[in-house]
Amino acid sequence: MNDQLIIFKNVSKFYGEILGVNRVTLTIAPGITSLVGPNGSGKTTLMNLMTGLIQPTRGLISVLGISPSNPQELFRKLGYCGQFDSFPRGMTGYEFVKSFLSVHGLSRKEAEDKTWRAIERVDLIEAAHRKVAAYSKGMRQRIRLAQAIAHEPAVMILDEPLNGLDPMARAETIRLFRQLAQEGLHLIVSSHILHEVDKMSDRVVLINNGYILAEGGVLSVREEKLEEHPMQILIRCDRPQEFAARVFASDSVVEAALHQDRQGLFIKTRNADAFYQLLNRVVIENGINVESVSPVDDDLNAVYHYLIESNGAGQV
Amino acid sequence: MRAAVEIQAAEPVAPGRDWSLWMRQIRVILRIEVKKNFWGRRAILIYLAAAIPVFLIFLLTFIDSEGPADIRRHWTSAQTTFAVIYRTLILQTMVYFGCAWIFMNLFRGEVVDKSLHYYFLCALRREVLVAGKYISGLVVSVVLFTMTTAASLFFLYYARGYPANVDYLFDGPGLKQCLTYVGITVLACVGYGAVFMVIGLFFRNPIIPALLAYGWEWANFLLPPLLKKISIIHYLHSLSPIPVSDGPLATVIDPTPAWISVPSMIVFTSVVLILASVRIRRMEINYGNE
Repeated sequence: MNDQLIIFKNVSKFYGEILGVNRVTLTIAPGITSLVGPNGSGKTTLMNLMTGLIQPTRGLISVLGISPSNPQELFRKLGYCGQFDSFPRGMTGYEFVKSFLSVHGLSRKEAEDKTWRAIERVDLIEAAHRKVAAYSKGMRQRIRLAQAIAHEPAVMILDEPLNGLDPMARAETIRLFRQLAQEGLHLIVSSHILHEVDKMSDRVVLINNGYILAEGGVLSVREEKLEEHPMQILIRCDRPQEFAARVFASDSVVEAALHQDRQGLFIKTRNADAFYQLLNRVVIENGINVESVSPVDDDLNAVYHYLIESNGAGQV
Repeated sequence: MRAAVEIQAAEPVAPGRDWSLWMRQIRVILRIEVKKNFWGRRAILIYLAAAIPVFLIFLLTFIDSEGPADIRRHWTSAQTTFAVIYRTLILQTMVYFGCAWIFMNLFRGEVVDKSLHYYFLCALRREVLVAGKYISGLVVSVVLFTMTTAASLFFLYYARGYPANVDYLFDGPGLKQCLTYVGITVLACVGYGAVFMVIGLFFRNPIIPALLAYGWEWANFLLPPLLKKISIIHYLHSLSPIPVSDGPLATVIDPTPAWISVPSMIVFTSVVLILASVRIRRMEINYGNE
């Protein structure tokens, strides 16, 4: 089973006296996992630890059963697109991808085929023979992505992969990530663009100040934290005051507040399932006309704010 | 981006201790490094520097119309002058600083450019990376500085004329002397190259240790006998085909025989390369601190 998982066991990394990450115990299964946290929270440190670019001060890391200290085995299965926006001097996009594929040990023919395939996936065919130094930031990001996927790894680690991409390229990149995840790849993505991470992630790991604050599915992380931070739901209906009076007596409702336009109300609940059953009952029994019911903050952004900003980091 | 392109299963690459894989990887690294570092505009300076001794010997030989005749008349003295120029200008200056520039940049240059991690993210043993980079530096430095040595010798011999040279080279000690000079240059690249590569791996600012090492090598003639032997230049000088006096202040000791000097240099280089391999296995990518 370990050869399907990425495992951190009590991993800590210190840069001298500065904490990178502390006592991280984490298991990452296939699919898209997002690392979310403010700058300096430890996301890149976690990614660099997984790829062996840095070594843990203590603890054990295993990527599909391989230690990151064994690059010869590890990088047959792993591709990393880091944040460093730098390239070897004088190379074209094609040369950049092909050179490092050749370093993997592939034959010239294999390297050429895989290079073109990767460049096609990131839609840079036309610019392939131009010097990387002349690329725009978005193109550089894409050619690095091509370099990371070119050897067709089982695990892709992507540090802020959407940085510098225009909205169209972002949407395409997210589609590519989804497709790779459907093909059974591990995708580990860090990002500040919470809205997009929320949309594409199967799981999320929230990290701040080097500590893992929460992990799991976006919704399950949200539910895990309901006791501390009740979920807020907006109900649009024709008689919000009457609705509030009917539901407020329930244990599942913590707070009810009218919307400014008096056409709806906000409900805070610690037990969403119980509240939805109550809502159905109240609507049927009292003939209230409900236009819409929508959770206000069950997205990752809300969780992020709850968990990270309340801890004092506060950068989104 | 075209998400519709199909993924094909990756062909397994030969696993384990696969010498043929490592050799292939070393060849690829050699190709990348030579193209990146030695065909660009940044390399022009080193080519110009390598041409300086050749130009100087050309001037010494031909600037005076009596120069060739003088060389023919005082061949022994001309050879000694060449030996001094070879030792001080070619070996202790051009080869030393040329190797410093070439080999220190192999890793340090990539750290400064923030591109070393691309190698670290390949299915590549880091020891193989050390070997590939070292060999690429060696190929360039050997080609460059043996050409400097050979071209300098050419102008020295050219002045003597064809018949005298044929006699001296093929019926006298000439050929052996020339090959010895070239061999010393190769050994200097081997030894200094390994030292400078390790300096580039260990030090954030490798210029200072390189200058300290330069001082040690230059002051070698003043050192007591035991300390003399803790240097590269002592073994290179020991191989010189024409003995050169170190001056009145020098500590005189017998030159180390070639059968000790050459293996010693090779063993020393191997030890330094092992040190480089140990270092690179523990190396972390942390450009932020550079």
